[in-house]
This record gives sequence, structure tokens and C-alpha cells, in this order.
Amino acid sequence: MAHAATHDEHHDEHHEHLNFFQRWVMSTNHKDIGTLYLVFSLLMFFIGGSFAMVIRAELFKPGLQLVQPYFFNEMTTMHALVMIFGAVMPAFVGLGNWMIPLMVGAPDMALPRMNNLSFWILPFAFALLLSTLFLPGGGPAGGWTMYPPLSLQSASTAYVVFAVHLMGISSIMGAINIIATILNMRAPGMDLLKMPVFVWSWLITAFLLIAVMPVLAGAVTMLLTDKYFNTHFFDAAGGGDPVLFQHVFWFFGHPEVYIMILPAFGIISEIIPTFARKPIFGYKAMVFAIASIAFLSFIVWAHHMFAVGLPLGAEIFFMYATMLIAVPTGVKVFNWVATMWGGSMTFETPMLFAVAFVILFTIGGFSGLMLALVPADFQYHDTYFVVAHFHYVLVTGAIFAIIAATYYWIPKWTGHMYSEFWGKMHFWNSVVWVNVLFFPQHFLGLAGMPRRIPDYNVAFANFNMISSIGGFLFGASQLIFVGVLIHCVWFSKKKATDRVWEGAKGLEWTVPSPAPHHTFSIAPVVHDEELAHGHVED
Amino acid sequence: MGQQHDIYYVPSKSQWPIVAAVVMFLTVFGAAHWLDAEPGESGFGKTLLLVGFVGILGMFFGWFRSVIRESMRGYYNSQVDRSFRMGMMWFIFSEVMFFGAFFGALFYVRMFSVPWLGGEGHGVLTHQYLWSEYAASWGAGGGNGPAHVGGAFQTVAPWGLPLLNTLILLSSSVTVTIAHHALQAGHRGKVLAFLGFTVLLGAGFLFCQAHEYAEAYKELNLTLGSGVYGCTFFMLTGFHGMHVTLGTIMLAIIWLRVLAGHFSKEHHFGFEAVAWYWHFVDVVWLGLFMFVYIL
Repeated sequence: MAHAATHDEHHDEHHEHLNFFQRWVMSTNHKDIGTLYLVFSLLMFFIGGSFAMVIRAELFKPGLQLVQPYFFNEMTTMHALVMIFGAVMPAFVGLGNWMIPLMVGAPDMALPRMNNLSFWILPFAFALLLSTLFLPGGGPAGGWTMYPPLSLQSASTAYVVFAVHLMGISSIMGAINIIATILNMRAPGMDLLKMPVFVWSWLITAFLLIAVMPVLAGAVTMLLTDKYFNTHFFDAAGGGDPVLFQHVFWFFGHPEVYIMILPAFGIISEIIPTFARKPIFGYKAMVFAIASIAFLSFIVWAHHMFAVGLPLGAEIFFMYATMLIAVPTGVKVFNWVATMWGGSMTFETPMLFAVAFVILFTIGGFSGLMLALVPADFQYHDTYFVVAHFHYVLVTGAIFAIIAATYYWIPKWTGHMYSEFWGKMHFWNSVVWVNVLFFPQHFLGLAGMPRRIPDYNVAFANFNMISSIGGFLFGASQLIFVGVLIHCVWFSKKKATDRVWEGAKGLEWTVPSPAPHHTFSIAPVVHDEELAHGHVED
Repeated sequence: MGQQHDIYYVPSKSQWPIVAAVVMFLTVFGAAHWLDAEPGESGFGKTLLLVGFVGILGMFFGWFRSVIRESMRGYYNSQVDRSFRMGMMWFIFSEVMFFGAFFGALFYVRMFSVPWLGGEGHGVLTHQYLWSEYAASWGAGGGNGPAHVGGAFQTVAPWGLPLLNTLILLSSSVTVTIAHHALQAGHRGKVLAFLGFTVLLGAGFLFCQAHEYAEAYKELNLTLGSGVYGCTFFMLTGFHGMHVTLGTIMLAIIWLRVLAGHFSKEHHFGFEAVAWYWHFVDVVWLGLFMFVYIL
């Protein structure tokens, strides 16, 4: 195996003289591309967040206050599409881009040019998607799941379908790159079962992405041809079935849910051992739990469709299969708690977010179990209970993990420490207001308030007002985050050490802070005791 | 082959990714604008689509040219080669899943939605109140649904052109393998002959397919609009046909590259990647022949 890298036939002396355009737009560097992904993701987080503010403002009081119902529906649809495909997924790819080569001792990603293409497709895809809001016929308003026939009624179907195709191409290429990097670029001695859990989680996530993004592409292609080319996939008059779309979509959609949480599991499994100053409890169990969750994700898709009229046998099968997922997920939560048990813990900002993740994600998991029960789901389906559930797993799950990862690794990226005081301000504001925002939505859902409706019965007024206040303040809290980031990148005077955190282990902490533009051009020598999970008992 | 470096080659910068992103955007933006235009409205969509498509071809040419140059100069060691192999393998896997979506749709409509419309299982009431006239069947009788959209049609007989096409594709897999073995043994003439033969077989397949489509539209009244039978038939065979087209073009380019002496006995990943792709379209065809034509 080759142990060194070169970067051009002219070698490195010319290399750092790239101008701004060459460095950022023509980049082949995993760190720069990772930064691009993360900045793009932050921008999308605020665009998607502004849509959420419109939704919460409209729902502040019963009755139509601010926006027209069609625009409200555009907001719910776009909020989801932007947050899923624009904020959460690119953030994880950005973190993977930055950290995977550093964690496995690789000089760069395996296919550096394709890496840049994966990123640069995204701004164009989202320009295409967001442009529909300004089209005469308006943007997509049938929900992010694009169920026909509703989704076929908006004028912008073709734009949305092609935007989804572009996002899918980007994700598939990104995933191929990550798999090739992990399987082919590890330093000698970095055996598969010595890899950090974050790398493992990305390896499995990348497999999920390659397996299901093409299925989504197929599903939206059928939408496109049904609308513009006279096919009848989803039209009962021609022998088709609208429910067919739901099956194909959720065959993608459920693994997609885990695409948005497995890397978060990986992040939390890095942060907790560092701040508990103990190796992770049950390393192998953690890896196998991720793999089991990924496998199960392929056989549970119809639990999104319990109320659509499935045959009884299907409902029973999908109910039990869904409940099985609680087993490996329970293993993970148990192991995180067991890692903290007896550790000498400190609570810097990344650890605060990680601990909040463990608790709040588990609440989202429990409400997921409730939704998995067919008889109960008939009551909860399409209510705010579902909204509360998936925001607990996605906001206090995925987003909290992304924020935790940012605080954890930003000293390595910038060479400066962020402000611990403002980091903690960000944490406490986020964790309080996010619960004010989403916890009352459980009650609204159980009381029967439907999702995706701009007006509601006055009986729901109080909890909606509380939820909206929580929403505005949670949104405002994220401005603190931006302040902390700007301060850390440009103004912080406090230098970060190489190791940054006292208990941090792993290859990424052996390079200087900030990490030089090129690292591990010569593969590092891996010492097991230096790895976070180096000593794995057979 | 140039001098071998035992280092993982990472280019310092490249214009191709951003060019690719721009031309892909132009293509789909043009296509979307075209599709969404009001009937009779003359938009810029078609022009943009064309510009974008030509741009994509140019981008592929440029990108692959720089990769081939780097390969010829010997910048790629065995580790880079493995990265390329993994990339191609996983790309083919993603293609398999793409076809999986359409095969899944085919199985669903045949196993569930059409029988349910005919009153089976929990479709009893739908059948009784909405489509009581409909006798569910697949193929010519009821494959276009209870409303018989697109009018009566005939199906393509599997034992004519489709069988011929099966034989063509199977033999093309054999010829491309013979060419591969000849390449490994260093018989360039034999490589050119059998690879050229493979290209011709691919073109022959496409010719037969085009003929079959023309016949379906003109004589059988089987169209994309023939209900769920028509759309599964044409979307599955159509996407497969596009892949054969792409595969044939790639084989032709590989033939030119053999002619130009780009490949050695040991280093010919470009050849192998295209051969894998060709076997993949072959396997997909076997699935199609079985589930779309015969059963």
C-alpha cells in the first residue's frame, strides 16, 4: 500500500498560491470542501429556519393572520426539503469530509475532484428549488413527501423533481467517495475495528445513501412522467395506485431518516468518551448496533403509511419490525450512559449538547415507539404528535449533534478556542426553548390537531402560542451560535493546543491546530493506545 | 506508461467539477422551464437544455481527457486504482437500485394494484362502486386499467425481437470477455476485433429496440400512455435502452483508446470499468426479458 501523497506534478511549492477562486471553487482539498459544505449547511439552516418562523408566526393565534394558506403549505414543504437536504445532510457530509481523512490517517478523500463536484451541485440544486417560490404558479405545496395526486397539482413539479435529482447525484457521489476513502485510504494499522465510531457510522450511512437515493430518483421520475408524459403509475384509472408512490418513497424515506441520525450517533460516541475521560463502553456493540439499525431501516418503511389502508398482515409485520429497532437503539443509549458512568466528567459546550442529545433524542425515540403501534397510530397519524416526534429526533437529535460536533472540532479547524461562556449561553437557550417549542406539540397532537394546516380550533390556542414563543426564541438562540462561530474564526485570541481537549484521543488530535492544509501526506504510525477505541477485546 | 510514483495522486485544483455543476444545472433548468411552459409558449427552455447537454458532453470529454493524461503519465499507483474500482462498483450498485425502483413498481402493480382494482382482497368495495365492469388482467386485456386509458393494445411477443435482443446482448457479453482476455494476453488485433464486434452488437440491439418501439406505437397501439402496462413497459425498457446507448458509446471510446495504445496488459482499468458496466446492462436485460416480456 502506498504511504505518501503528492498534490501536483509541480509539487507543493506552487501549491499554496491558489487565488480565492481557485482555492474555493476549483478545490480538491477535503478540508476546504468540508468547510464549504458546513458554511452552505449553516446558510440553509437559516433559510429553512426562516420558513419555520413564518409557520410559527401564522400558528401563533387561531385564524388566518399573516399568510395565505397556499403560501403556508409552500412554507411547510420548503422548510422540510431545505432542512433535510440542505442543512442536515450537507452538514454531516461536511463533517465527514473534514474529519474522516484526519481520523483514518489519509492524505485526502479518495476521489478529490468528484468530492468538489458533490459539493458544487448543491448550491445549484437549491437555487433551482428555491426559485420556485418566485414562479408565477408558486412553489411545491404538497408536503416534502410529494404524495401524488396532490403534489402534481402545483406548477413547479418539474423544478422540484430535477432539484431532487441533483441532490441525489450529489449525495451518491459523496457517499461513494466516503466509502472509497474509508475502505482504501486508512493508514497501516488502522484496522476496521479500530476506526472511530464516527467513521463507522459514516461508512454505514454512505451505504444507505447509495442504496436509497436512486430509489428516490426513480420515485420522483415517475411523478415527472405522470405529470408531463402521460404515464399512469399513480392513477387508478390506468391500473396504477397513488399508494405505490408512498411505498417507493418510503423505501427511500425510512433509510433516509437513519442517514440523518447515524452520523449523529457517531459524533456523540466521539464526544462522550472525551469528556468522560473513559473509552467508549462496548465499542463493538456500538458498531453492530449501527449496522443493525441500518439493516432494519430497509424493512420498516410502511410504518409511515399505517392509515392508508394496508392489508392487515402488512401492518402487523411493519409494526413488529419497527419495534425491533428499539433494541439496537437501546443498546446505544445504554452504552453512552455506561460510558459516562464513573467517568471524571467535565461539561464543556460539546459535552452539554451531547448529554442533551442522549436525553432528548431518547424522548423522540419513545414517541417513535408509540407511533409504531398500529392501533395507536390510527389516532396519532398526521397530527402534531408526529411533528413533535420527528423534531425531537431531528432537532435535538441530528441538529444538536451537528452543533456539538462543531464546538468539538472547531478549535482543530481554526486553531482558536471558541468562547466557552457564549457557547454555554447558546446551549442553555437552545435546550430550554427547543423544549418549549416542541414539547407542547405532543399535547396538541394527542388532542387531535392535524399537521400542515394554517388555522385551527381555538381549543388548541394556548399550546400553540407557547410553542410559537419557544420557536421564536429557539430561532433567536441560533444567532448566538453564528456570533460564536464568527468570533472563533476571526477574532478569538485564545490559541488551541494540538490535543484541544484533555481527554481527546485519536489521530485527528495528533496534527497541529489549525490542521495544516495537507495532513498525513506520509501515513502516520498508528499506536493503539493513542486511539479512542484502540484496544478492542476479541 | 510513464514513470511510476508510489504516492497517492491528489490534483492541486481542477476546473471540471464546477464546469460539471454549471452544465448539469443548465440542462435541468432548461428541461424544467421547457416542461412547465404553457402550450404554445416559446420559452428559452429548449435552447438551454441543448446548451447544457452539449456542455455535459464537453465536460465529460475534458474531465476524462485530463484523467487519461494523468494515467498515461503514471501518476496513479495501485491504491488510486483501487479507489477508481470501488467508485465504479458502487456507482453500478446505485444504478441497480435505480432499476430496482421501477421493477418494484412493476411487481406492485401486477401483484397488488391491478388485482385490487378487479375486486381482489381489500379492493372489493372499490371494484363494486367504482369499476364494477373491470375484469383485472395483465397484458392486452386489462393492463391499461379499468378506464382502458390509451385504448386497446397488443403486447410485444417475447419470442421474436426480444429473444433476438437477448441473444445479441448475451453474445456481446461473451465477446467483451474474449476481448478482455486478449488484452491481458497482449493480442491487440484480437482485442480490436472482439471489442469492435461488441460495439456492433450493442448497436444492433439498439436498432432492434427502436424497430420494436416503432412497431409497438404504429401497429400494436402500445404506447407510454397505455395505462400502467404501457408505462412500466416503456420506462423499464427505455431506461435500459438509454444505458445500452451509453454503454455502446463507452465501448466505442474504449475501442478508440485501444487503437491509440492507451492500455497495457496490467493497466487497463478504463476497459474493465466499461466491461463491468456492460455486464450490468446485460443482467438488467435478463430481468426485463423475464418479467416484462415473458411473464
